[in-house]
Amino acid sequence: MSERFVIVGAGECGARAALALREQGFAGAVTLIGAETYLPYERPPLSKQAMAGLETPLPKTIASTERLTEADISFCGGTWVTAIDRPNKRLVLSGEETLGYDRLLLATGCVPRRLPVPGADAASIAYLRTYDDALAIRSRIEGGAHVAIIGGGFIGLELASSARRRGAEVTLIEALPRLLTRGVPESLARRVEDEHRTHGVRMMFGDGIAELRCDAAGTQVVLTSGNEIAADLIVVGIGAVPVTGPAEAAGLVVENGIAVDEMLRTSDPDIFAAGDCCSYPLPIYGGRRVRLESWRNAQDQGNLVARNMMGTNEAIASVPWFWSDQYELTLQITGLVDEGHETVTRALGDGATIHFHLATDGRLVAASGIGPGNAVAKDIRLAEMLIGRGARPDPTALGDAGVRLKGLLAA
Amino acid sequence: MANWIEACAADNIEEEDVIRFDHGGRVFAIYRSPEDEYFATEGLCTHEHICLADGLVMDEIIECPKHNGRFNYKTGEAKGAPACINLKTYPVKVEDGAVFVAV
Repeated sequence: MSERFVIVGAGECGARAALALREQGFAGAVTLIGAETYLPYERPPLSKQAMAGLETPLPKTIASTERLTEADISFCGGTWVTAIDRPNKRLVLSGEETLGYDRLLLATGCVPRRLPVPGADAASIAYLRTYDDALAIRSRIEGGAHVAIIGGGFIGLELASSARRRGAEVTLIEALPRLLTRGVPESLARRVEDEHRTHGVRMMFGDGIAELRCDAAGTQVVLTSGNEIAADLIVVGIGAVPVTGPAEAAGLVVENGIAVDEMLRTSDPDIFAAGDCCSYPLPIYGGRRVRLESWRNAQDQGNLVARNMMGTNEAIASVPWFWSDQYELTLQITGLVDEGHETVTRALGDGATIHFHLATDGRLVAASGIGPGNAVAKDIRLAEMLIGRGARPDPTALGDAGVRLKGLLAA
Repeated sequence: MANWIEACAADNIEEEDVIRFDHGGRVFAIYRSPEDEYFATEGLCTHEHICLADGLVMDEIIECPKHNGRFNYKTGEAKGAPACINLKTYPVKVEDGAVFVAV
């Protein structure tokens, strides 16, 4: 009987892994299980073009029915796993049928973190993760509406940018003293903040949320300071938590996500995990355990885990990378900014800036850039390659826009 | 009959690099390879219509600056997800230090 590989989670990572298994020549059965009923689709546009555009967007499909058929991948939408029976290597599915596996991939992703205050679970409070979430939000941000966004991270900021484009009034509430406190240097966060102010977003810092209130008088955010903000729509964007329930119940090691080794293997040799739901050691940072929620990470790990499920035993070599679009600005970050002790800045002109983050031993450990359009993309990509090679570039050269980074790569 | 359009001076493009060229409402990307040859493709990525001239050229590969879709700019072939549709390519010639594209 042919081998059966089952993938739980049909987001970017799970769908990519399914396709990659076939690209790598896997001849056994591939089943892809998704909790949503849609075919696998791309999530990055949900807070960006899909939210800002005038037309109601269709989901941007990763794998069409034709492609899934051609690749002989059986896709089960609207299905989730209620239990993993490891001794018998069977999944118990919603609807109570069971499904056997020889090797299992958990690419279960994340769900939005709920705000732990009274009123935050009311149906009218919006969270953004899925296409349906995006449709529900976009139908309520028509011009003139007042949107209160809780959380100054990427989801909140991209939503703020999109809502302004659609003509909505936006108040953004962040409990900490500045935006983007996780993994983004302060100078870039300030630049983002200025851009939002320029575009008319009202921002409030350093005030927590006491309660969300929905009553006959409308919807209000009640702050810990006692201030109240009335809004037509409240969206909460305070991060995401990995989906680990079935893995944990099955006794797999969970440590800020499903814990895997550098080959994306869980504590069970026949079960792998990849993408947003897993924490893994990054060899380039001395095995530091991280969990990344990014599109590129989902793709890279989807490709890698497919090879490793087939027995390649290849360690993760990719360098973290992500981007965000807000108004006409794009921000890109590669590496882990908090590994840096010294920062060298390169001005690219036209308002584009890159910071290079160096460790105490001179290794380049991160680069963060912001600028109009894709002005920083090329240099951030080169920085990513330098980081991957453990390079110790000359700081003076890094700071000099006249020195081509590609030349440093050859050095 | 090829319609040759002058796009830029040959030394406007650094070796192993790319520039954008706009003509007739269309966007093109013009490349200079490490071997000092010139090539042209349509200028927008087939995945999300991002301008490829902001991307990185390494050997014969252009990489989309936004989502890392990769293409062989000599043949137009898509080399990896999320790019799965090939780029159109266009003939190029260099005469008297100028690059011409047959659009």
